[in-house]
Amino acid sequence: MNDATQRAVPDRLEGRWTSYLKSWETLLVAVAVFVFVINALSSPYFLNAWNLSDATFNFTEKAMIAMAMALLIISGEIDLSVAAIIALASTAMGVALQYGAGTPELVLVGLLVGLLCGAFNGWLVTGLGLPSIVVTIGTMSLFRGIAYIILGDQAFTGYPPSFAWFGQGYVWWVISFELVLFAAIALVFGILLHWTSFGRTVYAIGNNPTGALFSGVRVGRTKFILFLMTGLMSGIAAICLTARLGSTRPSIAFGWELEVVTMVVLGGVSILGGSGGIPGVVLAAIIMGLVTFGFGLANVPGIVMSIFVGLLLITVIGAPMLWQRLRERSA
Amino acid sequence: MAKLLKSRELLLAAVIVLLLTAIAWRFPGFVRPRNLANVFNDTSILIILALGQMMVILTRCIDLSMAANLALTGMAVAMLNAAMPGIPVPLLIALGVLLGAALGAFNGVLVWKVEIPPIVVTLGTLTIFRGIIFLMSGGAWINAHQMSAAFKAFPRAPLLGLPVLSWIALIMIALMAVVITRTPLGRAFYAVGGNPTAAVYTGIDVGRTRFLAFTFAGALAGLSGYLWVSRYAVAYVDIAGGFELDIIAACVIGGISIAGGIGSVGGAVLGALFFGVVKNALPVINISPFWQLAISGSAIILAVAFNARAERKKGRLILRNREAAA
Repeated sequence: MNDATQRAVPDRLEGRWTSYLKSWETLLVAVAVFVFVINALSSPYFLNAWNLSDATFNFTEKAMIAMAMALLIISGEIDLSVAAIIALASTAMGVALQYGAGTPELVLVGLLVGLLCGAFNGWLVTGLGLPSIVVTIGTMSLFRGIAYIILGDQAFTGYPPSFAWFGQGYVWWVISFELVLFAAIALVFGILLHWTSFGRTVYAIGNNPTGALFSGVRVGRTKFILFLMTGLMSGIAAICLTARLGSTRPSIAFGWELEVVTMVVLGGVSILGGSGGIPGVVLAAIIMGLVTFGFGLANVPGIVMSIFVGLLLITVIGAPMLWQRLRERSA
Repeated sequence: MAKLLKSRELLLAAVIVLLLTAIAWRFPGFVRPRNLANVFNDTSILIILALGQMMVILTRCIDLSMAANLALTGMAVAMLNAAMPGIPVPLLIALGVLLGAALGAFNGVLVWKVEIPPIVVTLGTLTIFRGIIFLMSGGAWINAHQMSAAFKAFPRAPLLGLPVLSWIALIMIALMAVVITRTPLGRAFYAVGGNPTAAVYTGIDVGRTRFLAFTFAGALAGLSGYLWVSRYAVAYVDIAGGFELDIIAACVIGGISIAGGIGSVGGAVLGALFFGVVKNALPVINISPFWQLAISGSAIILAVAFNARAERKKGRLILRNREAAA
C-alpha cells in the first residue's frame, strides 16, 4: 500500500524485529501504568475492586474479537464486518428466543451465525479472490441490513436470567465471566500465534503470500480459517453483549469494527501484515478500557476519549516511523 | 483499457436504467423528469464526496475520515452562522472548503511525510474530528431556528429549473472530469495508483500526489459539510455517522479499484446515483427502508466480484498489490 512499508516488510533479521517488538510492548506497559496512576490520583473511586471490575466490561467483548482480528491482520487481510456479525448473531438469537429457545440453544445460535458469517467472508476473499477491505464493507452492510430487515425499529427483549449470566455473571468475587472468557481466549490465541506452526504460517503469509505459497503453505485455507475464527469470536462477543444488555437492537455494537481495528493496530500489529503479537493487543485493549473508564469517572464524555484514542493511534504508529526515517537519513 | 472502462460504466448505467424501468412499470410517476431531478438532488452530496474519495482511491490510498470532516466543517459553519448571522453565505462556503482542505491536508501530511498507512491515519483522524466537534459544540445541536434564512435557502434556491445544490454537484462533476482527464495532476493520480515505483521513475512525487488527493478530497468534504448542514437544517456531533463507508461503497460500485489506478469520474457518479435511486425507490415501491442497507451491501459485493473479474482478464492481481509494486 505504501512505499515505506514495502521497504520495511520482508527479509528482516529476526533479532532486530523481535527486539523492536519487545520495546513496543514495553512502551504499551508504560502507557498502561501511566494511565493507571493518573486515574488513581485523579479519582478516589478508581482504586476500588468493584469499579475496576466494571472497567473491564469496557473492553472485554471488543478485545475478544481483537484477538482473532490480530491474526487476520497479520496475515494481510482485514474484516470490517465484525460489528455487523454481532448485530446479525444477536438478532438471530432474538428470533430463536421468540421460538422458545432456551439458554443452550441461544448460545448455539450465536456461535453458529458467527461461524456462518465468517465462512461467507472467507469464501468471498479466498474462494473468489476479492480484496477483503472492500468485500467486508459489503458484508458489513449486508449482515447489519438483514438485522434491520428482521427488526426494523423494534427490539428483542426478555432473555432468560440464565442467559444473562454470560454478560453479567461473576465467576469469583469481582472476577466476571467475561473477563475469564477473554483471558482464556487471549491465552488460546497467544499460544496459537506464537507457539504453533499455524502461527508461523500466519506470519509467513503476511510477509510474503507468494513466498508462503511456494513454501507449501496453504494460503487460501489458512486465511479461510482466520475468517472463520474472526466470525466465531464475533459470535461469542454477540452472546456476551446481548446477555449484558438484555436486549437486541439492529444498531447494536455500531462502529465497533473501527474500535477493534484501532485496538489491534495500537497493539503493535502492522496494518500491512506480517508483524505484531497477542501480548501487545491485550495491553492495548486494557489501555483503551482504562482510559474510557478513567474518563468516565472524571465525568469526561466518551467522545472526548475518542480524540485521545485517535491521537494515541497516530502518534504510536507515527513516532517510530518518523524515528526510523530520521535515523535512515542520518546514517 | 479505455474500452473496458467504458463498457463497465455502460453496464452500470444499464443496470440503473433497468432498475428505473422496472420501477416505472409499476409506478410511472417515479421516472417523471421532476422526480428524477429530485433523486439527483438528493444524491448530490454523495456524488461530491464520491468524487473526492475517487481521487484518494486512485492513488492507492483510502480516506475513512471524509464523513467526520463533513460533520466538523458543517458544525463549524453552522456555529459561525448562528453566532454571526451577518457573514455572507459565499464567505461561509469558502471557509468551509478551506477548513475541509486543511483537515484533508492534515491526513495528507501524515501519509506523505510520516508515511503512516492511509487507513490508520484516517481511522485516527475520523475519531479525532468527531471528538473535536463535541469539544466545539459541547454536544449541543444547532437547530434550524438558529441558522439564518439565507444560510438555509442557498442550496434550495431554484436556478434554471434545478436547485443550486444540484448545480454545485454538476459543476463539481465537470471540474473533476477536467482535472482527472486533462491535467498532469490527473494523470499523476492514475500513475501513482497504477504503479508507484514506475511513477517515481517517471518523475512523479508519489507522496506529494497523495497529499494533493487528500487535500482536494478534504476540500470537497468541507463543501459538503455546508451543503449537508444547510440542506437538513441541523448540525450535531453525529451527522453523517457511518457515511464514510457509503462513500467508499459508491466508488466501489462505480468500478473504482481499491487497489488504485483504475476508475473514472463517470463511474463514481453512477455508483453514487445507484445508491440514490435505490434509496428513493424503496418507499415508492412499498418496501420498508430498512431493506436499503442489505441491498447496498449486496450491490457492493456483486460490484467487487465483477470488478475483480474484469481486472483479472488483463492479468492484474488486486490482492497482491505489494508484489505488483515491488
